[in-house]
Amino acid sequence: MASAAGYRLSADEIRLASRAIGTGSRQTDLSVPGIHCGNCIRRIEQALGALPGVERARVNLSTRRVAVDWRESEEGPPPLGETLSELGFEAFLHEPPQDGKDPELARLIRALAVAGFASMNVMGLSVSVWSGATGDTRDLFHWLSAAIALPALAYSGRVFFQSASRALRHGRTNMDVPISIGVLLAFGMSLYDTIHSQPHAYFDAAVSLLFFLLIGRTLDHLMRERARTAVKGLERLAAYGATVIAPDGTRTYMPTAEIAPGMMILVPAGERVPVDAVVLDGRSDIDASLATGESAPEAVAPGGPLRAGTLNLTGPLKVKAIAAAKDSFLAEMIRLMEVAEGGRSHYRRLADRAAQLYTPVVHSAAFLGFLGWMLATGDLHRAVTIAVAVLIITCPCALGLAVPMVQTVAARRLYEHGIMVKDGSAMERLAEIDTIIFDKTGTLTSGRPVLRRDAPMDKAHLAIATTIAANSIHPYARALAQTGQRADLAFDSIVELAGQGLEARVGPDSWRLGRSEWALEGKNASQASGTVLAHNGQLMQTFAFADELRAGATGAVADLRAGGFALEILSGDTSGIVASVASDLGIEHARGGLLPAEKTAHVAELGRMGRKVLMVGDGLNDAPALTAAHVSIAPGSAADVGRQAADFVFLRPDLEAVPFAIRTSRAAGRLIRQNFAFAALYNAVALPLAIAGFVTPLIAALAMSGSSILVIGNALRLQPRPVEGPGRQRRMQGQALRPPTESIA
Amino acid sequence: MNVLWYLIPISLGLGALGLALFFWALRSGQYEDVAGAAERILSDEDRPL
Repeated sequence: MASAAGYRLSADEIRLASRAIGTGSRQTDLSVPGIHCGNCIRRIEQALGALPGVERARVNLSTRRVAVDWRESEEGPPPLGETLSELGFEAFLHEPPQDGKDPELARLIRALAVAGFASMNVMGLSVSVWSGATGDTRDLFHWLSAAIALPALAYSGRVFFQSASRALRHGRTNMDVPISIGVLLAFGMSLYDTIHSQPHAYFDAAVSLLFFLLIGRTLDHLMRERARTAVKGLERLAAYGATVIAPDGTRTYMPTAEIAPGMMILVPAGERVPVDAVVLDGRSDIDASLATGESAPEAVAPGGPLRAGTLNLTGPLKVKAIAAAKDSFLAEMIRLMEVAEGGRSHYRRLADRAAQLYTPVVHSAAFLGFLGWMLATGDLHRAVTIAVAVLIITCPCALGLAVPMVQTVAARRLYEHGIMVKDGSAMERLAEIDTIIFDKTGTLTSGRPVLRRDAPMDKAHLAIATTIAANSIHPYARALAQTGQRADLAFDSIVELAGQGLEARVGPDSWRLGRSEWALEGKNASQASGTVLAHNGQLMQTFAFADELRAGATGAVADLRAGGFALEILSGDTSGIVASVASDLGIEHARGGLLPAEKTAHVAELGRMGRKVLMVGDGLNDAPALTAAHVSIAPGSAADVGRQAADFVFLRPDLEAVPFAIRTSRAAGRLIRQNFAFAALYNAVALPLAIAGFVTPLIAALAMSGSSILVIGNALRLQPRPVEGPGRQRRMQGQALRPPTESIA
Repeated sequence: MNVLWYLIPISLGLGALGLALFFWALRSGQYEDVAGAAERILSDEDRPL
């Protein structure tokens, strides 16, 4: 993760994000995305449990979180972040855990359990009736069924009744309206028949309908919840708080929200700037890649402006807040996002569109059936029974499962490939897109500079630079340190001069690695620019850095171009860098130097032209555009605002996730349409039978369960195919570039 | 016929017991980390939860 480089958990942050759990103990929730096996659980629990002051450490593998209880003491909270990073895990503070449990999921699971229990028992009783129970026994069984069905309906049915009544109150209709009417009518009719000792009752149909539909509903909720927790668990961009220096010199740690303009704040190296500010004292380098998309770190000196959310890299800074958190850059982006909202609000989910067609058809069929039988026979009871049979047999059981089942299977497949999807409608929207817009820094590129090897380089000099660079967290130094070969040279001292570079001394000799003007001590400054290695002021070596393309970027872009999508790059970085990345990847339309509002305007403009835009971006400056687009994808390393704005978040490092998500969404769309077609076909057969009066409760139960199982079976067939965009002929041209698109499926 | 008078309550009672046990398990947090529970079996240490 690009931004995690210099980030660590401070004791103050841990205290601020923890909560008291009584008797002098506090609990901290950490999110550790790297937990993946039983061994991780053991290692983390042992290491944290052994820290002084820790009472209990408990890993939750499902949510990738660690709950740590610790005693308050003079020394402050235990060094949780350091301990975890020694084990090789990145840890992020989790929101104060008031949302520890998910009340909606608990409600759905309880409703599902009750409906399952009731449908099993009612079905058992019904089977005896179907196998020939008569007279008193049959009546007894019907009464028992009614006694079981009534509380189950009242408890489990609420999920649907509430949603249906909400929709009706707003003058709309959704899938829950026919479900509620069907279930209630079936129950009322069966109760009436039971009282009058009639041979047929539909209690089993009413309850098992609820059961099947609740399965779909619960799966749908689980899918969204899992993606939400996975995304929430990643790094926060906003600092929890900052050390404020009062006029009398006392230092207090304050939550970000309480910082007012004019306050003096200390921002240590490795921490994010909490609010928009100007530098009062100190020099450092600022990493703004996540905030504005500029890839090169920027040196700041007293008087220089700082944006909230940027990362202070090398030296401590004393800054003056010029805006409160709610007026800072971050908040400005959030406001832009709210204005941009609406790109997708016009979208109506497939299931709702289907319900809109479906409800009137079913209801008029039931009503016509009732009217027809009433006129033909004059038998009110007979006519009502027919109408109920029509409602039950056509009740959208398969329809209610058709969409969530497929989307759950698709979301699971995406999850296995490290892609989180926020909700099902995102997949429906992703299947429609024709234009893809990429951000550059952190999206097409890794957002992390690497050493350019194209120029000739002295191995000995590189090794010396590598050795010195290992002592800094500046991105360029880290890039150098990663080249590996260290020099066999013992330095007496290595000091980092913020905003300038590193100076290493061996006896009287000085080696400097950093900005050319400083390293060359003003001499021969014209000789080189950028980052240099100097020996006693003599130029030894210059180093050039480039933002490396993200893994799989070339393949993914070729794949998408072959799929016939229109591709564009919109970046906040300088036009020259953007153009070179665009030509490397073969993307024709590329614009650099864009402000967040300009990005958003361009995306909205394309939307108005009727294009369906997929925005792929990671920065804070992309967040409004992510919201404005028809559908959006962000990498896991994105700013948290961007992750929240995006419909999909991919946690794996390579960009192949984008074509994979498109393929999977399209495959899901195909299966959903198949399921709808199947449900329509089934209704076309069942409806005449029901209207003709041939449907007994046995047939209704069989038809309903059978169609549900078929729909579930069809959903499990999900297998993404290669991307096929709007222009297939163009795909043929590009196929030679990357034929084995299915290999990652 | 008479056999029904005690068999049906027994069957319903067993079903209800299952339901009650499920609710108890749900409330006592046994479904909070399903993946973790599967892995924890494999580690040897006997530690109180």
